[in-house]
Amino acid sequence: MEGNIAEMGKYIGAGLAGIGMGAAGIGVGTIAGNFLAGALRNPAAAQGQTPTLFIGIAFAEALGIFAFLVALLLLFAV
Amino acid sequence: MAGKPAADGELVIDPMSQFEIKRLVNMDLGIIDLSFTNSALFTFIAVALTVVLLWVAVSGHSLVPSRAQSMAEVFYEFTRNMVRDTAGNEALKYFPYIFTLFVFILACNLLGMVPYSFTVTSHFAVTVFLALSVFITVTVIGFMKHGAKFFLFFWPMSAPPVMRPFLCIIEVISYLARPISHSIRLGANMMAGHAVLKVLAAFVGALGVFGFLPILGVVGITALEFLVAVLQAYVFAILTVVYLNDALHMH
Repeated sequence: MEGNIAEMGKYIGAGLAGIGMGAAGIGVGTIAGNFLAGALRNPAAAQGQTPTLFIGIAFAEALGIFAFLVALLLLFAV
Repeated sequence: MAGKPAADGELVIDPMSQFEIKRLVNMDLGIIDLSFTNSALFTFIAVALTVVLLWVAVSGHSLVPSRAQSMAEVFYEFTRNMVRDTAGNEALKYFPYIFTLFVFILACNLLGMVPYSFTVTSHFAVTVFLALSVFITVTVIGFMKHGAKFFLFFWPMSAPPVMRPFLCIIEVISYLARPISHSIRLGANMMAGHAVLKVLAAFVGALGVFGFLPILGVVGITALEFLVAVLQAYVFAILTVVYLNDALHMH
């Protein structure tokens, strides 16, 4: 048993930050699933809404990436 | 490569060494370090490739386009339509900037997929510079177009009056967080994908006979990385257009 408490907390914190990426996965899945559900109902309108899909995914994904950033900061910057 | 067995047979997974900056020509001037690094080299290669490919493609000037020319035309038209559909005809004035960003990031991302090459956009120094330049440009455009009225952008008129100050704070924070999310999204996506590839590649050596299983994974992830490379360049470009639209039309 070696190492100190701060070191341990760092790795536990980085691991916990990883949960945020899973949450972002739920968000992106919801967006893509709802888009597909809408697109299958009205395929003619789907083409025009594809940029909106990507913008929505990008915004949802950004929050997951912030979690990744927190993990990186904990591992390498603290 | 990543997974080289150490002296005592223990597997060393080192997915981050591929992002190491190496000095190719040392030019440390004391005050500033102008060394020519592998990052700079691959930036130049990306720019040169883009210029040459697009140049050669449109040099024919034929009315009936050749294969290369029609590819360049489709690419140009795609970006132009994206700008016009998202931000209106006024934004077409800024189309060259967005097209340059799109092509440069796409070239850097795809160049990073070549084995043993260096992914320029995996470094936050590069992506933060790109995102900050977009942020400053867009803010300046907003103030040039609307003057001091641009501050009303942060004052949500459609909300109930009691809520407005709180929403204003949130609006300001989300506006200032834009360059962060804009840059980290691109950098983290490129970095994470390449790191995953290296980790999986390290498993191939570690599993011995069953090494073909991770190889299948590597093949799949490589295909996914090509998709991510194109998609992230597209997302970076379209978010730039969205921010530009906010500055031009204020909600």
